[in-house]
Amino acid sequence: MERQLRVNPIACSGHGLCAELLPELITLDEWGYPILPGGPVPRRLHRHARRAVADCPALALALTDAA
Amino acid sequence: MTAITQSTALWYASRATGVVSLLLLTLVVVLGIAVNRQGRLPGLPAFAVTGLHRSVSLLSVLFIAAHVATAVIDPYVSIRAAAVVIPFVSAYQPFWLGLGAVSLDLIAALILTSLARARMPRRAWRGIHWLAYAAWPVALIHSIGASPDLRSGGLRLLAIGCTLTVGGAGLWRLAQRAREMPRAERAAAVLAASEPPVRRPARPSFVPDREAR
Amino acid sequence: MTSSMTRPLPSLAQYSGRDPNEPLAGPAESRYLGGMPRLLPPGPGPAGLRAHLARFGAPPLDWAGRGLVAELQAAGLTGRGGAAFPTYRKLAAVAGHRRPAVVIGNGAEGEPASSKDKTLLWAAPQLVLDGLQLAAAAIGSGTAGLYVHRDQRLHQWLAASIAERAAAGLDLVPVELIAAPARFLAGEESALASRAAGGPALPRFKPPRASERGVADRPTLVQNVETLAQLALIARYGAAWFRSAGTTDEPGSMLATLHQADGQMLVVETELGTPIRDLLRLPAPAVLVGGYHGAWIPGGLAERLPLTNAALRPLGAAVGAGVLAALPADRCGLAETARVVRYLALESAGQCGPCFNGLPRIAGALAELASPWPRPEIIADVRRWCGLVEGRGACRHPDGTVRLVRSALEVFAAELDQHILGRCAGSSNRPFLPLPPDLALDEADWR
Repeated sequence: MERQLRVNPIACSGHGLCAELLPELITLDEWGYPILPGGPVPRRLHRHARRAVADCPALALALTDAA
Repeated sequence: MTAITQSTALWYASRATGVVSLLLLTLVVVLGIAVNRQGRLPGLPAFAVTGLHRSVSLLSVLFIAAHVATAVIDPYVSIRAAAVVIPFVSAYQPFWLGLGAVSLDLIAALILTSLARARMPRRAWRGIHWLAYAAWPVALIHSIGASPDLRSGGLRLLAIGCTLTVGGAGLWRLAQRAREMPRAERAAAVLAASEPPVRRPARPSFVPDREAR
Repeated sequence: MTSSMTRPLPSLAQYSGRDPNEPLAGPAESRYLGGMPRLLPPGPGPAGLRAHLARFGAPPLDWAGRGLVAELQAAGLTGRGGAAFPTYRKLAAVAGHRRPAVVIGNGAEGEPASSKDKTLLWAAPQLVLDGLQLAAAAIGSGTAGLYVHRDQRLHQWLAASIAERAAAGLDLVPVELIAAPARFLAGEESALASRAAGGPALPRFKPPRASERGVADRPTLVQNVETLAQLALIARYGAAWFRSAGTTDEPGSMLATLHQADGQMLVVETELGTPIRDLLRLPAPAVLVGGYHGAWIPGGLAERLPLTNAALRPLGAAVGAGVLAALPADRCGLAETARVVRYLALESAGQCGPCFNGLPRIAGALAELASPWPRPEIIADVRRWCGLVEGRGACRHPDGTVRLVRSALEVFAAELDQHILGRCAGSSNRPFLPLPPDLALDEADWR
């Protein structure tokens, strides 16, 4: 199943854990906020993506079914 | 000196695990504040702080479980299993143990919601997590009242130390919240830092035939 | 003609050539073009209920539940609030949720350069209220609201209009008047839903959209007041009548706010496809199309183009909220853009990191670019920040602002080169584009 990363920019306060836990896909902009990739998350990274979602202190990251 | 029987061993174990639980809970609260304030431990990534907060809280659950189990099993005092979660129903020291039950209930709510946090509404999880600031003081008062251990000697210093630590960290957290830039002012603050100062011209400006204002 | 000069940076006090939040005198400043009043009443003064019923008759509420959505589809009516979304699809989406729905007419008009909604509410409130009732009947909603900029006179006028209808037994659904704060984002759909539910007018994270979960978690249909007025006419006269104006792909009439170079501001009713030169007094160095989330187009092109999305989209512009502003020849387009972007940055809700960090930085750089001898390297900073904020907010505020900025950098590229050399073609510092004077620095400013 195709999964996509989405961030709630209102909840996000720039903790930066997602970029630490999923550096293959997520980078931080110059203000500390995550830049997410547009496309689906590769299957081999699903586990790391789920961990990034679970570990976000602001619960701002989500793994959704690709629209 | 009385011989250490099996019974007194259980009683000592309950008191010991109680002290360790209090220490661990103190650490959990401090780590939780660190996570919220985006504090870092030297040489460790941000996810280590959250990981440590989670690990220590699960460790404290183990010690609280041991503390409670040994107290219930110990035949020297009569503490029903129900008194562990229902406050003030114990035959022995109903009030002080009741506070322990209150604290345990609050901690259970914290732990259970945190295990399910990805599956519940964000605001609900956050609201319940604020109960941590109630759970710790109740646990402390339970510790002081339920046993004379923390009222003298080295353990009293320990209790004072924990109180100062959590109190200080909590007050600092409140102060940070009070000083936080209100949402409505954020853009204006960044603008104030980004606008160029009114600059003087590098060379004298000249005004052509027409008045240029 | 160029001149070297130092001009002080525009300060707050110089912002408003005209406070757009000031209540309009009334429809005296509005007129229709091409002799075809549809929305705006033909005579002077606003149309009361009696004049309205004499001209149009009562709204066909019984038929609306059965036939309105199909008629709207045939008519091809699109939203007149700026997004131009097909109206029938919005109604169908909200009705499709099969839960008690809410209908809200959006008259907040947070866009300072646009006055068409206020004018319509003054001149033809009964038509808007008809549309509200018809939309409610079409989707089976029992709750309706009218969301209007917080102005006492306007609210009194609308309350009286609503009461007049209630006394005449015209309405099936009671209409609640909701006060919108004077914020640019007040009219954003999720901000509207939040305000209508009693909270602040702050945009919310989507999904779910308001059509699924809006006011009090109910499916909410949000329609611009002009769209509702058009709907009220289509319900009476049909799709073919609606299509007798406009173009095949973009049918119908529309209200436009015109800013002439001499400072005259006018609200007109015109049809889609009207040549821009028939609306604005040209030539002008450049024309702002759509509003403050719109785009600049070169004056030469504006002379040859019609007011349609088909003609404007290739230039990165759109009809939008129907704002057209002709830049006066003696003003600097970069300075005007810098003033507007500063306003847009300050109107950020401050909720999303990329927005409240990026927009003010872009505004600061534009302020420098609008002054003599800016550092040329900051142009690259502006482009980078534009790329960083686009699509990364909870609403489209950063995206719209970026559209304006990019169009300015392109259309005023020559002026930019001149500024770097210390010269400016503009000889007047007087602000042209209207901006409100107040900053929103308090939570209360968002309610």
